[in-house]
Amino acid sequence: MATAIDLAAAYRLHPNVAVRPEPFGALVYHYGNRKLVFLKSPRMVAVVKALDAAPSVRAALETNGVAGKNTDRYLVALNSLLASDMLVPSETAEVSHAG
Amino acid sequence: MLVDQLKAGLDAPICLTWELTYACNLACIHCLSSSGRRDPHELSTEECKAVIDELARLQVFYVNIGGGEPTIRSDFFEIVDYAVAHGVGVKFSTNGSRIDAAAAERLSGSDYIDIQISLDGADRETNDAVRGDGSWDTAITAMNHLRDAGFGEFKISVVMTRHNIPQLDAFEALAAEYGAELRLTRLRPSGRGADTWDQLHPTNAQQRDLYNWIITRPKVLTGDSFFHLSALGESLPGLNLCGAGRIVCLIDPVGEVYACPFMLHDEFKAGSVRDAGGFTAVWRESELFTSLREPQSPGACGSCGSYDACQGGCMAAKFFTGLPLDGPDPECVWGNADDELARIAAATDPAKPSPGPGHSKPTPVSLGRKPVDAYS
Repeated sequence: MATAIDLAAAYRLHPNVAVRPEPFGALVYHYGNRKLVFLKSPRMVAVVKALDAAPSVRAALETNGVAGKNTDRYLVALNSLLASDMLVPSETAEVSHAG
Repeated sequence: MLVDQLKAGLDAPICLTWELTYACNLACIHCLSSSGRRDPHELSTEECKAVIDELARLQVFYVNIGGGEPTIRSDFFEIVDYAVAHGVGVKFSTNGSRIDAAAAERLSGSDYIDIQISLDGADRETNDAVRGDGSWDTAITAMNHLRDAGFGEFKISVVMTRHNIPQLDAFEALAAEYGAELRLTRLRPSGRGADTWDQLHPTNAQQRDLYNWIITRPKVLTGDSFFHLSALGESLPGLNLCGAGRIVCLIDPVGEVYACPFMLHDEFKAGSVRDAGGFTAVWRESELFTSLREPQSPGACGSCGSYDACQGGCMAAKFFTGLPLDGPDPECVWGNADDELARIAAATDPAKPSPGPGHSKPTPVSLGRKPVDAYS
């Protein structure tokens, strides 16, 4: 089983990953493993794009106004990106068990 | 729904096939582009690079390069290198004839290059009956070079026919032996395939065998090819829809843009990359693609409980067998096209469209049909 995304950790897009905007959201493609993932809303795209600069997944979600039970849907998408190796932990990630 | 949005079209295709040349050293009896001889008006190296520039701007992640035999072009590597340098990945289909040790070595260096070796039988006899004498040895030699060069997971690409469906397990073993991925695609009655479809296309019982085989092997690739089989039960992996002009299209060697790789016919020609607005305008504004993105009528399939699963099947398969586009696929698993196919076969003036003169070499295959209205 793939590891689940850690809300307190920071992630960035794999360097071999490209994001292409589309009317429904975006297509995310990994040139290394040739996987393709659909981001099904513009806000989902904003969250993914915010990850690079955000100190944690939680911060990227909050910046984009994602809160409450809505969060689950976003975590499903982020987990699928993680499972496809499209997201990788940032070198500057916070240590998750410290919080 | 994502699927509805995909049907309504994207800013750029996800899956773009680009046939670089009609020249081919083989003469496969099912060739969907009737390849053989080079067309004198094929895109020049500079024109190919301009197409790549456009694809890079559109963020088309990769192109599926084919032909003909694309490696026959003397500028093949120049075009591939240019695409990769501009962030457009390349997956190319080849019969293997130009994949010698040096080429395999060169191709192994990039993450952005993927190779499909075409093989239509799991043994020499079955393969060469379709692809021609010597084609098995050529493909195996290329596969050996790729393995020796450490290319990694290339693909073995198989068009499923009546003769090779019983060999599915053997194909799987062959792929495993080479550390390759197995990719299975559907035979279409396009190009020279129009003339050989009746002898080659799977029986309905074989279609069921194929479905049962694929459904238990999620790692086997199908390029979304068999969505008409989803009527048999659980949907096969993939988007399960006809992507023609919506998420898929084809650029042919002379730059003409068609709705899908199996539709090299004027009826499905949307424009040319040589037109003023280039590929982008054809994709976004052509009359044909705009109409394909409108909601399509299920027609005669509307009353069938499987329509949601199979979507009426493949437009190209219907078109080239003379069936109406808003009705069942010729390989409808419930046999809903059988009466109409029998009527067409019995007609003195068959309502099948001509696949056109094509680029076949003036040898074994003759294409004698008169062009007639497919809708009459």
